[in-house]
Amino acid sequence: MTWNNKVLRINLSKGEVKDEPLNMEWAKQYIGQRGLASKYLAEEIDPRCDALGPENKLIFVTGPLTGTPASTGARYSVVTKSPLTGTIACSNSGGYLGPEIKYAGWDMIILEGESPEPVYLYIENERVELVPAGELWGKSVWDADRWLHNKYQDPQLRIAAVGRSAEQGCLYASIVNDLHRAAGRSGVGTVMAAKKLKAIAIRGTRGLGNIHDPKAFMQAVSAGKKILAENEVTGAALPKFGTQVLMNVINEVGAMPTRNMREVQFDGASKISGEAMHEPREADQKPNLVTNIACGSCTIACGRISTVAPGHFTIKHSPQYWGASGGLEYESAWAMGSALGVDDLDALTYVNFLCNEDGMDPISFGATVAAAMELYETDAITKRETGGIDLRFGSAEALVEVGKLTARGEGFGKDIGLGSRRLCEKYGHPEFSMSVKSQEFPAYDPRGIQGMGLGYATSNRGACHLRGYTVSSEIMGVPEKTDPLTPEGKPKLVKAAQDAASAVDSTGLCAFSTFAWTLDDIAPQLNAACGSDWTGEKLMEAGERIWNLERDFNLAAGITGKDDNLPERLLKEAAKTGPAKGKVNELSKMMPEYYQLRGWTPEGVPTEETRRRLGLGA
Amino acid sequence: MAMRHVIVGAGPAGVIAAETLRAVQPESEVVLLGDEPEPPYSRMALPYYLSGKIDESGTYLRSRANPAEHYRALGIDLRQDRAASLDTERRSLRLESGEKLGYDRLLMATGAVPLSPPIPGIDLPGVLNCWTMEDARGIATRAAKGAEVVLMGAGFIGCIILESLVRRGVRLSVIEMGDRMVPRMMDQVAGGLLKRWCGEKGLQVHTSTRVTAIRKGGKNGRLEAVLEDGSVLPADLIISATGVKPAIDLLKDSRVETDFGVLVDQRLQSNIEGIYAAGDVCQGKDFSTGQYSVQAIQPTAAEHGRIAAMNMAGKSVLHQGSVNMNVLDTLGLISSSFGLWDGAEDGEEVKTLNEGGYRYLNLQFSGDHLVGAQALGLTNHVGVLRGLIQTRVRLGPWKQRLLEDPTAIMEAYLGCVQPIGYNASVLA
Amino acid sequence: MLKSLKIEAEKCTSCMQCELACSYQAEGVFNTAKSRIKIFTFHHEGRFVPYTCTQCSEAWCLHACPVEAIVLNPRTGAKEVLADACVGCKVCTIACPFGTVNYDEDTKVVYKCDLCGGDPECAKACPTEAITYVQSEQTGLERMRIHAAQAAGLAGGAADSGA
Repeated sequence: MTWNNKVLRINLSKGEVKDEPLNMEWAKQYIGQRGLASKYLAEEIDPRCDALGPENKLIFVTGPLTGTPASTGARYSVVTKSPLTGTIACSNSGGYLGPEIKYAGWDMIILEGESPEPVYLYIENERVELVPAGELWGKSVWDADRWLHNKYQDPQLRIAAVGRSAEQGCLYASIVNDLHRAAGRSGVGTVMAAKKLKAIAIRGTRGLGNIHDPKAFMQAVSAGKKILAENEVTGAALPKFGTQVLMNVINEVGAMPTRNMREVQFDGASKISGEAMHEPREADQKPNLVTNIACGSCTIACGRISTVAPGHFTIKHSPQYWGASGGLEYESAWAMGSALGVDDLDALTYVNFLCNEDGMDPISFGATVAAAMELYETDAITKRETGGIDLRFGSAEALVEVGKLTARGEGFGKDIGLGSRRLCEKYGHPEFSMSVKSQEFPAYDPRGIQGMGLGYATSNRGACHLRGYTVSSEIMGVPEKTDPLTPEGKPKLVKAAQDAASAVDSTGLCAFSTFAWTLDDIAPQLNAACGSDWTGEKLMEAGERIWNLERDFNLAAGITGKDDNLPERLLKEAAKTGPAKGKVNELSKMMPEYYQLRGWTPEGVPTEETRRRLGLGA
Repeated sequence: MAMRHVIVGAGPAGVIAAETLRAVQPESEVVLLGDEPEPPYSRMALPYYLSGKIDESGTYLRSRANPAEHYRALGIDLRQDRAASLDTERRSLRLESGEKLGYDRLLMATGAVPLSPPIPGIDLPGVLNCWTMEDARGIATRAAKGAEVVLMGAGFIGCIILESLVRRGVRLSVIEMGDRMVPRMMDQVAGGLLKRWCGEKGLQVHTSTRVTAIRKGGKNGRLEAVLEDGSVLPADLIISATGVKPAIDLLKDSRVETDFGVLVDQRLQSNIEGIYAAGDVCQGKDFSTGQYSVQAIQPTAAEHGRIAAMNMAGKSVLHQGSVNMNVLDTLGLISSSFGLWDGAEDGEEVKTLNEGGYRYLNLQFSGDHLVGAQALGLTNHVGVLRGLIQTRVRLGPWKQRLLEDPTAIMEAYLGCVQPIGYNASVLA
Repeated sequence: MLKSLKIEAEKCTSCMQCELACSYQAEGVFNTAKSRIKIFTFHHEGRFVPYTCTQCSEAWCLHACPVEAIVLNPRTGAKEVLADACVGCKVCTIACPFGTVNYDEDTKVVYKCDLCGGDPECAKACPTEAITYVQSEQTGLERMRIHAAQAAGLAGGAADSGA
């Protein structure tokens, strides 16, 4: 069994470190990672608590396949109550940190309370120390990473840290591990900084053994790897273009949210696409893309490593950005590109570096800047508020300036750090915020992809593509093609996608594996590892259980069916161009059927029958 | 008639030389003289014998199961005897057994002998060196659980037996005359950390002091070690590990030139044609300084043995100099040093220290090269420090990177020896 | 003709499959910390370089071992550590100029690549063929070895030009 059966519980207020066995009963019901930690959080905190207060908890959690060679099996999640949305939040990251938690002998780290002074957590197998972090506070993630590696003289130390944006209260601060992988969304980094925890540094040398049936496991892993290698998406498109393979595709189908979702196609899309990242640049005749990179165990390797061209205005006088680092994924390229009308690939790459360097979610950051640009263009804010920045759509210079300020939590960057809903309310135009439950939209316009509208509206952590990626079906035809422009059949599709994603996010595997794998491909890997008896069907059911658990948490937090909504713009302003021209999102046609399929009341509350069926208790 | 090679000394240098000769000159005769009763063994392994990790046979250089057969099968004439005198004119040795043994080529691989500090009582029973298997057996007999043991010397040899003594459960006191532990291997910072580490493990190490006398006087005829300040340490056993010197007595009245050890050229031949030297007795070329000095370490003995044998067999091979290096495990804290660890003239250095974590790394540069290093707590890829020093690789931009992050030693090595650049072209 | 590991770093994605396969074969656990092959990251260059023992003909580790605990496997050319015989003196770890022999503080013995007895798991696990197991002449390893040996002094004894 790949569980270490060990939870590390740390009370930051008291500086106490304890260990306890993992609740294996819950692991059976909630699989691991997202599901399991959500159960812990729901049991342990009051959903109405202040997300940035000591009553909130922050949980780092692995899945049963984290740290194994099951392809993509390196994920960990951070589960907490979100300061951005007030909902339960689960942000999930790859890189190499998750396996290190396992190799050090732990399954989960629960952080409670709030440290009286800045600290970092050092874990070397069973040795666990809270160390004063006075010297680290005020540093960027990258500087903190360097400082810790230097101190411990251990290149293999794995580090997750928050940057200056989190320290300054940016509400969508992320936790960055391995320099450029992030538990990105919903402000999990803000919670960590509020607890005065600057970083977690982990070294594990114990490893992961106890595979239930090693022979069957290696066979299942090999079979899984083969499917990924032979699949067009996971075997060819993703390694070559990364998620950026989508930029041109989504633009062509007219679902590219552009200039704060006023348009659905971006004329500069091809200049910031995955294909463009391969094109030699004028400045140095080298492409933006240096190489692809895998997270631990991943045989897809969709990650991007990029450079900004020498002499580019963003880095001319900043040698620290001259080397390669984590490059643009589709979401970040969209949020800072199409959403703002900026088509300077290297400028986007640079601001993406800033997002990694100081730990902020590029989606919420970019989308909030988009809202700010609309405020600026309508004179709701002026240079007086922006500190002199000419914040017009299309301005790479404005993006870069506001990026620096937000990363450091300075000047107008403080306003941008509020997120779009709070920013737009502050300046009197709540209708400019393209968000659900205060979290900004990602890169799929629900007018051109109807199912995503329902997915956004009902997502348990606010607008999010990963909570139910119907793009797979509506655009890519996985597992089967549906028409993106019709609302029909979408409630069922959304529910299935949400439940499946809840399951996959709980295993230690990456969502991208499901471009090729179904839950039936995942079950044998889990079973051989843990001696469990999962089937695709049972995993779906566990996913549904997790979804309803999260829903219950949100309801208790005061977030109800009324919040399952989309901004007016998407419901009333029709798409102006492309295949979706004339369309709005037909949310109201989908919502009642969705609630019904979920077994919820018309107000969006799980019925007794549903709770009983899923074993959720009253 | 076949050429006869006589090798005096059956330590690592002697054994490797004998095996090399058999391989490259199968028709020659090889006589290997060892003056201890055991089959050729490794002094490096004695601490592990003392700690009970291995038995005596685990220390054997070759074939634990049947060492005699190993040498017999190779056609090496291994004899237990001692060379009493040397006649360089007649090219012959007189052995202690009385036999006269002629040679065509002679290899001095006599190793080293422990220094005996000139203090009263050093010859009392219960005062032992830790150098031979016989010494180790004596220590094993006396160092029972709870026994009080005084260890004189916290140099390299003293330190490698520390752990085995602690493991045997003795009550140990360590006396080092220098101002720190392993003063000839590590600097003040590392030596200080080692001492603190020992203290944390409950082991008292007294530096900058010495035993001025040993006397019998305690209860039940126990020993007492008197320190400089007059304090007295009772002891069931006193171990003298204050250093070794090359065993060159055999050459005393010969024409073979010696300094601290046997003076040799780059072929490891002495001033007398046909007489070579290897290992702890050999004052060979130091890679880092270009000077000739005695290193007394296992890898150098192995290099010497092989190169001396090649030259004895008529294959001219030049010794380019050995990098002085050491590795030590002091109660679980692992330290190593390489080359000019103390720095080069006009050199640059970078140090990174984590006192609480007992991690220390110190790199010494000269121009564009790494010339020396010390490491505490480093067990992964540590050998690359030797590689970086001995290949004299030009560090180029990696020097600056190492100055910023000295832990990137493997990256520096790989970055210097292979092209690192854009990968995007290989993406399908 | 012996086979060797051929490493084409430009194909490596740093997925760690080799390290997991290696540690599982050698230690029975998935544990990158104990892998015999290591991927070194050149972050600023965006390059990942898998590296392990080249089974060099000089066999520095083998010759430095005081108790014959590192032996040549004539079938594979690998220099193998006999864990039972190793006393843990670590001399081989400082003698290997490539830094590919490590000391294990848990088991108190050293470890290095043994080519899995002739069927290396790392090569089988690598999804991009950055690591393959091929006839030695193809590997360029020979050239690397020669390069390494020629670099001043490493040969321990360069042939005298006069001989």
